[in-house]
Amino acid sequence: MLRKFDIILKDTKVIKKYLHTNSANIIKSQCDTKSSIYKKNYEQMYGLVSTLRMHTDDILQGGGNKAIKRHTSKGKLLVRDRITLLLDNDSAFLELSTFAGFEMYGKDKINAGGIITGIGKIFGIDCMVVANDATVKGGTYYPITVKKHLRAQEIAQENRLPCIYLVDSGGANLPNQAEVFPDKNHFGRIFYNQANMSGEGIAQIAVVLGSCTAGGAYVPAMADESIIVKQQGTIFLAGPPLVKAATGEEVTAEELGGADLHCINSGVTDHYALNDEHALFLARQTIKNLNKKPISFEYETESPKYDAEELYGIIDTDLKKSFDVREIIARVFDGSEFDEFKKKYGETLVCGFTKLYGKTVGIIGNNGVLFSESALKGAHFVQLCTQRNIPLIFLQNITGFMVGRQAEAGGIAKNGAKLVTAVACTHVPKITLIIGGSYGAGNYGMCGRSYSPRFLYMWPNARIAVMGGAQAAGVLSQVAMNSKGEKWTQQQIDEFEKPIRDLFEHQSSPYYSSARLWDDGIIDPKDTRKVLGLSLAAALNHERKSTNFGIFRM
Amino acid sequence: MILGWANRFLKLARNSAYISHRYNSTNKRINKLLIANRGEIACRVIRTAKRLGVKTVAVYSSADKNAKHVYMADDAHYIGPPSSQESYLRGDKIIDIVKKTKCQAVHPGYGFLSENAEFADECRKQGIIFVGPPASAIRDMGIKSTSKKIMKDAGVPIIEGYHGEDQSNEKLRNEASRIGYPIMIKAVRGGGGKGMRIAQNETEFMEALESARSESQKAFGDSVVLLERFIGEPRHVEVQVFADSYGDAVHLFERDCSVQRRHQKIIEEAPAPGLSQELRSELGAAAVRAAKAVGYVGAGTVEFILDRATHSFHFMEMNTRLQVEHPVTEMITGTDLVEWQIKIASGERLPVTQSGIKLNGHAFESRIYAEDPASGFLPGAGPLKYLKTPVPTDDVRVETGVGEGDEVSVHYDPMIAKLVVWGNDRAEALMKMKSKLSEYNIAGLETNVNFLISLCNHEEFAAGNVHTNFIRDNYNSLFVETHPTEHQLIEAALSTILLEKNHVKDYNPFIVEAGFRINHNHQRDVKLIFKDHEIKMLIKIINSNKYSVSLDNGETWYIVEAEIQKKDSESIIKSNIDGTITSTKVYCDSKQLTMFNENGKIEFALPQVKYLTEDSEESSTGVNKAVAPMPGILDKILVKQGDLVKKGDAVAVLIAMKMEFIIKATKDLKVSNILHKVGDNISPYAVSIWKGLTQAHNNECVKISKTNPDYIEKMLIDVHIVNERSFHCYMKCIYEKLNFMLPNGDIDVNYVLEKAPYMTRELTVKCAMEAKRVEDFCDKAYNVMHCVIHNLSEEK
Repeated sequence: MLRKFDIILKDTKVIKKYLHTNSANIIKSQCDTKSSIYKKNYEQMYGLVSTLRMHTDDILQGGGNKAIKRHTSKGKLLVRDRITLLLDNDSAFLELSTFAGFEMYGKDKINAGGIITGIGKIFGIDCMVVANDATVKGGTYYPITVKKHLRAQEIAQENRLPCIYLVDSGGANLPNQAEVFPDKNHFGRIFYNQANMSGEGIAQIAVVLGSCTAGGAYVPAMADESIIVKQQGTIFLAGPPLVKAATGEEVTAEELGGADLHCINSGVTDHYALNDEHALFLARQTIKNLNKKPISFEYETESPKYDAEELYGIIDTDLKKSFDVREIIARVFDGSEFDEFKKKYGETLVCGFTKLYGKTVGIIGNNGVLFSESALKGAHFVQLCTQRNIPLIFLQNITGFMVGRQAEAGGIAKNGAKLVTAVACTHVPKITLIIGGSYGAGNYGMCGRSYSPRFLYMWPNARIAVMGGAQAAGVLSQVAMNSKGEKWTQQQIDEFEKPIRDLFEHQSSPYYSSARLWDDGIIDPKDTRKVLGLSLAAALNHERKSTNFGIFRM
Repeated sequence: MILGWANRFLKLARNSAYISHRYNSTNKRINKLLIANRGEIACRVIRTAKRLGVKTVAVYSSADKNAKHVYMADDAHYIGPPSSQESYLRGDKIIDIVKKTKCQAVHPGYGFLSENAEFADECRKQGIIFVGPPASAIRDMGIKSTSKKIMKDAGVPIIEGYHGEDQSNEKLRNEASRIGYPIMIKAVRGGGGKGMRIAQNETEFMEALESARSESQKAFGDSVVLLERFIGEPRHVEVQVFADSYGDAVHLFERDCSVQRRHQKIIEEAPAPGLSQELRSELGAAAVRAAKAVGYVGAGTVEFILDRATHSFHFMEMNTRLQVEHPVTEMITGTDLVEWQIKIASGERLPVTQSGIKLNGHAFESRIYAEDPASGFLPGAGPLKYLKTPVPTDDVRVETGVGEGDEVSVHYDPMIAKLVVWGNDRAEALMKMKSKLSEYNIAGLETNVNFLISLCNHEEFAAGNVHTNFIRDNYNSLFVETHPTEHQLIEAALSTILLEKNHVKDYNPFIVEAGFRINHNHQRDVKLIFKDHEIKMLIKIINSNKYSVSLDNGETWYIVEAEIQKKDSESIIKSNIDGTITSTKVYCDSKQLTMFNENGKIEFALPQVKYLTEDSEESSTGVNKAVAPMPGILDKILVKQGDLVKKGDAVAVLIAMKMEFIIKATKDLKVSNILHKVGDNISPYAVSIWKGLTQAHNNECVKISKTNPDYIEKMLIDVHIVNERSFHCYMKCIYEKLNFMLPNGDIDVNYVLEKAPYMTRELTVKCAMEAKRVEDFCDKAYNVMHCVIHNLSEEK
């Protein structure tokens, strides 16, 4: 009797031991790295990533050798070197939208949109850097430059990141002025944002490393503190040629708006720098004096149990082929741990908790088309995370909500709307990564661009469109036939559909998307953990705001 | 009862010599000792005193307030300002402290008061034990002629010579024959080799004598000469002796201290290499005779000059103190000489007889100095920013008075430490010395560690072929120009990156993923300066411990895995370059990177940013004039037209708002025009008091030259050196960056001529002859050029 009791006691001890371990929650990968399909996938993704890196290398050349030579011969540093010096030595740099303007202006290569934006640390504080690349068309603002500048400011504002503007720009690109100047989200918005961010206590620091003409003059003028480089930086509302035209006064750029004038006489700038390095040093000092504390990440974290590069072999670049989103989670998050929520309900949407660099996050990932149950489960999970102030990460690979009579009768529209409402209203940080398709209302439910995720990235295999090219072509040919009352042969149909398919294919590419800033960057799948981690770290600069959900139609 | 005890004690005493001696010395026993010294020797004495249970009192100057010996002693007392004249040499103050602290004895260490007979006398008068010989011995041995006479009388061989007044050819030749050849003929008034000749044999003698006389007559107006036996390649061999106050004396074998620079020892060993057993005994016996001849007590050293070829030896002098290099003797005899000193000073007998002292193995001592061997062993001073020593063991002794963070003071000897090793034989000891020297890692100031290692590696030294001109004769093979290897450069470059990483526990992704960039590898260029030569390396960060490095501006790339391991405050870079894994100790601060290896250290300077050295307030326009800051009345003008003013000099005084404002020069300028006079009412801001015309753009040149001599050189040659100021700048930048000095400190005339087109050979030689130091040369050259250019411009 006593002995039996003893055994029971021992067993409970054993059980207790298991209750206190995490080992049960580690995702067990089904991935077979020896299989031919894995190898094929790996090769294809490797190819896509190589292309991505190749294009990136090209973009890093800025305005090309000639422009670089002209720039550096003046003793000026290149924009990326400036950023490197500005940031802490050991800081990563989360560069945003490298592909801005990619293949958008025909022969004109506006590499990186002529402006580099991104987040890095200065004295441990996460800062948004917005830096003109003067080697690209003199740093003038093309429409996409404006959009990228505004997006950086938007990110800074949403995440309360101090902004440092490294100004070296000739102002608006005059031939494109109609797309740059007049509208709400055009040039003027930059200064509107500066004023309002400053009002919210988000530091605005300008470093004038080159010209700052006309509208550009307001960047340092609207800044909280500004720095100017002697005999390089100039600030004026109108340059010497315009002055001569307007008043007949002949004056040099340096006399009109150089460092001496602005530091000694006008007081437009606050700090006098001898050269680029000195200016960046002074900029760092201004950040040091913000009296701001860095976000703490105090726990050492475990890397995922599986190699990130295996992601190449798991994802089939043919989006029709599905894969288990848990395989992705296993290769991104801390220790490959995943505490899944409602695992057996609405299985096409995978929800659960895990950690990223030690910070708890909620994951919502697609494992197929969204059904009513999936949508309800997702809405529930968003509410949980909101209640607990847990950031959400969306792993988007969605063809859309389920269609058809049965689905409509089951209230897919109102259930989908619940998920959309929850995602739209929650104020916890949201980060979206498109790992496959992003189609239709699925994009909305999974926190697409319109749902203001703090950051949104795409993998190079991803596609984004209102629907797939084939479906769109099918719809359009159906409508055309119906309107004309004709019955087409397969060949006629194909002829009609091909250009549509091609157009969709072209426009749903991640490059097309990234060029237009529908996302914040295309990333190498194996860097996913890093990019999401950096984004999360930046997002955590903004503490919780209370959330009021809209009406959930019951 | 008491009588009974005393009887018993006496009985015991009679039975044993040792105890009887104890009994005799009870009234003199030392239980509290003052150490009238500093640095390693003070620490050394304190260590033994503590082991013997003797209380210790240290003294210190204000420069040594935080020194190691102060902390090691039981008590420490302040004795004055840093200068030794006002502190460690103040015998009166030291005796006061001895009395105040009730010490029975003073240990003088070496240097300072150790061979000061007056101090020894004063101690005796005050009833204080001076741990050292009697004052009479110090006095006798302190006077060369006296010491030689005593030694000659005692049958110790001395250098034969003739110092007589009879300067007839006959007499001199006879004396020369008596002394023996080769012989040195030296002008009595001579110096620096002038009026000195060597005659190898009798036939050469007369010619040499005449030549010496005439040279001396020309140079010093006097032709009196003296004769001395000439020893061509002398060795410096010295014997450690010890004597007690009972007339007994022993020797503890010899030490060889031949290798010297600037007449100072640098590496010592015991026993002397290549000596026969007979010679060794002869030397020892001679030394003991010498000690007895002067009634010596305590530790002393009898120095001999030993002819390397013939092994004949001659008395040179006797040092009446414990020598710096005494540890090598301790290592081969298994003794503690400080213990002997203390015991003998308290009246005990020598603990052993001569036959009880056995020579065991071989020992070396290296003196680690703050000095720059490459610049003629110029002594240095400064903070020891980084200092790691080998771990002391039975065979390895680290004798030092400083640690990391301490300072080598300009007030005292620049010796940092003594490193002593013991081995079963000379080869083993030398190998150990090399390896332990490479573990003596010092950064922050120049030391002779690299040189010592180079010395230990020298074939001739390893063979024991030492003599006092060793360094001079082997200069070229000892100072081999070394360049860092590619692997060393890679390690150095990566160290600068790896060491700057924040080692505070922070798991923020921005720090964990240091150097991460989206879809490309972050590239950083590292610039290092090796001996004024800038080396640029490109580094691509692949991940946090994998890098791609190019030394040839991107032509070829090395894939390198590297990480920094921290061990007991040491940083070690572990790198894998093409499969070769190496670990190297590194130290980096804001100014330099030091890597330590088996040859000592390699130092790289890190480029300094300009804005730290340059005044950022200096703006580009509107500064060539002195401007009144506000309206006021001009009270004084402190300059006149044509004056040269330095930046910051006061040029005028303005009275405004009941306050005085001093108007200062904003740059180095020449006053060209004074626009106002005293008493003028100056209106605000824009009005200038005076205008400087000669804008000192040359000033900029000097500043640029600090970073880029090539640039400034090119620029100046391009403008053909238009005026004297630019020439001065030019000379300065040559001086600062371009080395026109030869290793011996002479000016390289050809180099100057090549670089300075306006200089003529005559002028350069004239300047070089007149100048003692490089700075003087620049000034002289400047003055000369001033005239030349002036004449040139007048001709025009």
